[in-house]
Amino acid sequence: MTEQSSRLIKADEKLEGLKVRVESIIGSKLRGVRVFRREVCFTIDVADIPAVLLALRDESGGGFTQLSELTAVDYPDRPQRFELVYQLLSVTLNQRIRIVAPIGDGEVAPSVSHLFSCAVWSEREVWDMFGIFFSGHPDLRRLLTDYGFEGHPLRKDFPLTGTVETRYDDQLGRVVYEPVSLQQEFRDFDFMSPWEGAQTAMRQHDLTDDDSDSNEQVQG
Amino acid sequence: MSLIIQNNTNPIPPGADQDAVLAAVADEITNRGFVIAQADKLFNWARSGSLWPMTFGLACCAVEMMHSAASRYDMDRFGMLFRPSPRQSDVMIVAGTLTNKMAPALRKVYDQMAEPRWVLSMGSCANGGGYYHYSYAVVRGCDRIVPVDVYVPGCPPTAEALIYGLLQLQKKIRRTATIAR
Repeated sequence: MTEQSSRLIKADEKLEGLKVRVESIIGSKLRGVRVFRREVCFTIDVADIPAVLLALRDESGGGFTQLSELTAVDYPDRPQRFELVYQLLSVTLNQRIRIVAPIGDGEVAPSVSHLFSCAVWSEREVWDMFGIFFSGHPDLRRLLTDYGFEGHPLRKDFPLTGTVETRYDDQLGRVVYEPVSLQQEFRDFDFMSPWEGAQTAMRQHDLTDDDSDSNEQVQG
Repeated sequence: MSLIIQNNTNPIPPGADQDAVLAAVADEITNRGFVIAQADKLFNWARSGSLWPMTFGLACCAVEMMHSAASRYDMDRFGMLFRPSPRQSDVMIVAGTLTNKMAPALRKVYDQMAEPRWVLSMGSCANGGGYYHYSYAVVRGCDRIVPVDVYVPGCPPTAEALIYGLLQLQKKIRRTATIAR
């Protein structure tokens, strides 16, 4: 057995231990567990978020004292379209876990800003970008977008170019907002993206008739 | 006999011609105690020789702007010193992505600058939105907010490119600026 494979097996065992330990802390509030590429992810209900995060932070065997990230993901096809994602780090265990909680449009999530003070800005950002409201947040304003901005940009149905653009008006002597008027529409040349690459091109190739394709090549 | 110096926009290179001019000027000063020159040329010389840029870094272009001011390229030798206040600045280098949220602040800084004032747009984002042209949050060119004198292309432009742009601005000032601007 090579050194590398033995190290991987050891890491797997460690991950399994972590999974069991966290499952016991979350207890009956757990709705699902998923392990993918040595990252363990626990699903819970939105209402249980503060209780679970508090238990993971304070109970023995947990020690997840750092909320390294709080964000959301938009899945427009799901009945509950958003998923809140909490990345936790235990400095004592040197382990990271992910807590996710599905939440629908217009539903209210409980704030964890009283447990992790860093969540104040993260929750403001999630409110700004996705429009998920957090109850119990001390100051839930928009964080990044313009003053008086309308809409939530990271929702999949938000238009890329938004709805307004700015210009300085000489007559009024100030910067004014106007509806977007583009000189040229956005064009997507992503058929050979370096990440998808040939796969995308090949998929398009498969759709076309092979015979006609070869004829074209002969003619060309 | 009064001395007439040719008012070329191009400086006279070192050599016999330059020595002759310098000797003539020295003579003039020792004989009469003063020299006569055209006031607008004098002002343009002073303006183009002491362009003080407003420190207005918005994004990664600001790093190249810092390089152009640091010891390797050293903008100080052209009399360009970065100022922290728009009241003391002659030129604003818009270095980076101008967002909708920043646009009123940029215009305010421009309005606070004393005339005559110039604007240099640095990089693709400031020139026309660049990479973020279709973004919901970015101004598609800082010329929508302030009048621009020189555009420097690049993403980001190198420190040399910025200095070249500033030298072009100096040329433009010498060519166009008059007393009543």
